[in-house]
Amino acid sequence: MTGNAEVKVHIQDLSKAFHTNGHEIRVLEHIDLDVREGELVCILGPSGCGKSTLLNIVGGFLPASSGDVAIDGLPVRRPDPRRIFVFQERGVFPWLTVEGNIGFGISGLPATERAARIAHYVRLVGLEGFENAYPQELSGGMKQRVEVARALAVNPDVLYLDEPFGALDSITRLVMRSELLRIWQTERKTILFVTHDIEESCQLADRIVVLSARPGSIRRVVEVDLPHPRDLSSPRYLALRDSILEEIGLAHRI
Amino acid sequence: MTDGNRKSEIGNRDEGAPPLPVGPRLVESILLPVGTAAVLIAFWHAAVRLSHTDVFPSPLSVLRGVGELARKGVLARYIADSLLRVGAGYSLALVLGIPLGIALGWYSTAARAVNPVIQLLRPISPLAWIPVAIVLFGVTNVAAIFLIFLASFFTIVVAAMNGVRNVPGMYLAAGRNFGLSVPALFSRVIFPAALPRVLTGLRVALGVAWLVVVAAEMIAVNSGLGYLVIDSRNAGKRYDLVIAAMLLIGLIGLVLNTLVRQVERLRAVRWGFNAP
Amino acid sequence: MARPAPIDSPPPHGRPARSSRSLVRALVPLSGIAVLILVWDVALSLGGGRSQLLPRPFAVVRAIAELAQKGFLLKHVVASLFRVTWGYVAAVIVGIPLGVVLGWYRRGGMAIAPILEILRPISPLAWIPVAILWFGVGDVSAVFIIFLGSLFPLTLTAMNAVRGVEVVHVNAGRNFGLRAPELLRRVIYPAILPQLIVGLRLSLGIAWLVVVAAEMIAVSSGLGFLIIDARNAGNRYDLVVAGMVLIGVIGIALDAIMRSLERSKAVAWGYTILEGEQPDVAGVDAAGRATVLP
Repeated sequence: MTGNAEVKVHIQDLSKAFHTNGHEIRVLEHIDLDVREGELVCILGPSGCGKSTLLNIVGGFLPASSGDVAIDGLPVRRPDPRRIFVFQERGVFPWLTVEGNIGFGISGLPATERAARIAHYVRLVGLEGFENAYPQELSGGMKQRVEVARALAVNPDVLYLDEPFGALDSITRLVMRSELLRIWQTERKTILFVTHDIEESCQLADRIVVLSARPGSIRRVVEVDLPHPRDLSSPRYLALRDSILEEIGLAHRI
Repeated sequence: MTDGNRKSEIGNRDEGAPPLPVGPRLVESILLPVGTAAVLIAFWHAAVRLSHTDVFPSPLSVLRGVGELARKGVLARYIADSLLRVGAGYSLALVLGIPLGIALGWYSTAARAVNPVIQLLRPISPLAWIPVAIVLFGVTNVAAIFLIFLASFFTIVVAAMNGVRNVPGMYLAAGRNFGLSVPALFSRVIFPAALPRVLTGLRVALGVAWLVVVAAEMIAVNSGLGYLVIDSRNAGKRYDLVIAAMLLIGLIGLVLNTLVRQVERLRAVRWGFNAP
Repeated sequence: MARPAPIDSPPPHGRPARSSRSLVRALVPLSGIAVLILVWDVALSLGGGRSQLLPRPFAVVRAIAELAQKGFLLKHVVASLFRVTWGYVAAVIVGIPLGVVLGWYRRGGMAIAPILEILRPISPLAWIPVAILWFGVGDVSAVFIIFLGSLFPLTLTAMNAVRGVEVVHVNAGRNFGLRAPELLRRVIYPAILPQLIVGLRLSLGIAWLVVVAAEMIAVSSGLGFLIIDARNAGNRYDLVVAGMVLIGVIGIALDAIMRSLERSKAVAWGYTILEGEQPDVAGVDAAGRATVLP
């Protein structure tokens, strides 16, 4: 990597296999990847390629079969509140209100500070007026925003997002993407974003890591040097999208 | 009912992760309980030995008790008699309970009227019904079967009622949309949609029916595992036979439960359970 | 068959409509009881032979009044409630922590659950000889029988509830740095609470169901004792049925009290998943989870 910022996440020769009934299913093979501080990297691949497994290993939820993951030079052994994993909206706790969810990770703070933080992030994700609502009363997009706010409230260095907008309708998804970019630009987090949506990766990423089908390995890393906000009809954007479509082996004509 | 997948499953449902290995887990799921049972039995044996009790039987004397019953030829007969009584009472409850439950699920006003009656009768122990059963049917097998019928009937009615009641309106609308007549709506939409829940209810009800066998056989019938429990204690304090009968009841209960669970695994109903 | 079934209509058993018909609707449940009493009375007035031993509804009312006059009513009710309370509370204290542990440690659950499944089908009645052997004839034995009756369903409910906790929720808790005790308090406990409350309600029902069996052990008070004694000493079938009616009514009351817990907002999420279905009876839930009947 020819990074100008420091390496935040360092993945070296990482492989993962699951064992079933004596035979082995290889899911990831020889993944090498460095993510720089403040970078937004999309991991793009077809269903079943192991990209979620990769993110779960980096997040410390799952051990690797071989290879290393280090963050700030220290090996990852378990989940850590400095690095928050955003599940799809399913990760919102249904027994807590919006406020309770967003304040979940900062229960150690003094009450006034905690309240101020919660209020800040409620505003940031545009959920004013819903502070006391329970998740079941919210739409999918709102729940997703609760999860993002809950993650940001603990002020993590790194965010892991695993197809976070997959369950949303296409309009909400577009809105959420620009929200994420806005938050990323103000808060400057390092973000690893797993998706199977080519457009999504082209709209968001500084770099796109294209994985092959199982066993997943890195096919190509695409640097995206388009400035934000990106013009989704500009020739450069379309060329980028088409080159990735081609890489995956799809003509973009139906 | 998926069990322990939780610990090894990860964040989002991961398309890369295959289901957990089955082979080693199957072995584990047999060896572990067998091991625990062995430890418990050893503990039981030691406790009997150390306490020098001459009333409470050791595991070995319970086993000898079972052997004695088998030699006398009463073991198989008692088991068969208990199963027959439970089978008769339960079948009767099925035949009457399912249609009634379906009807109550469909006519909500009727359900509102009948529900309090069910709620009132349900907390009453089958034991409390014994005097009534004897007055109505005499000291006979019929009285025993009546008790088993009563105990499983309410559970079945309620299961069928809830099953029908909870069929999503959308399915009914879709069925109507395709022009189904009412009987066709029942056989092609309501019945299959309600089936998983009803099956669970039937399994619970079978458990209840089996649980009641001891109470039922307190009515002076002279065979069955429940009778064995009561008789062995009253006639000669044969605690080895009491415990033997209890364990047999437990084991057969487990087998019945497992058998009905197999039905729940059938593909036509599996969607309704959160099984893998 | 004219049930209208508009798309997305609430289940037909939703709350009563707030209309002028609400009074009529409130009377419907009473009509069921009324019909029961009527059928009972008519059947006995027509039936002959042995059925004449059974009391007609009015005789039962008289019997309850008689009990109340003599001061026995309160004595029996209190004695039964006392035994049920002790047995049930002990079962909660033992069963729920045990169930949580068995649910959390997969291997522990595997090792112990089948043994609980073997003990569960054994009627509390069958335990009576053992109880007497261990605790003698008296209240302790009776309480023990009730304890056993509610212990197994409680343990298995708690175990299944913990097993059913969403992985994402556990992982999210771990991600925020929670250690085991905190994870238990802030994630597992609230996550299982809805199912736990249903399990608590159903097993209280079982504890109450078992009171008759428990009071067969020669205690000299309680509604179960009343039923057995009234029959053995003088075939007072009016008192037998009075005892049954009292058990039924108190059972409904206990159920209603426990049910009110399910209305709390912090657990309501757990029930709306099943499409607003109040798991009103018999632990039959769509997922087959709370299989908690006797």
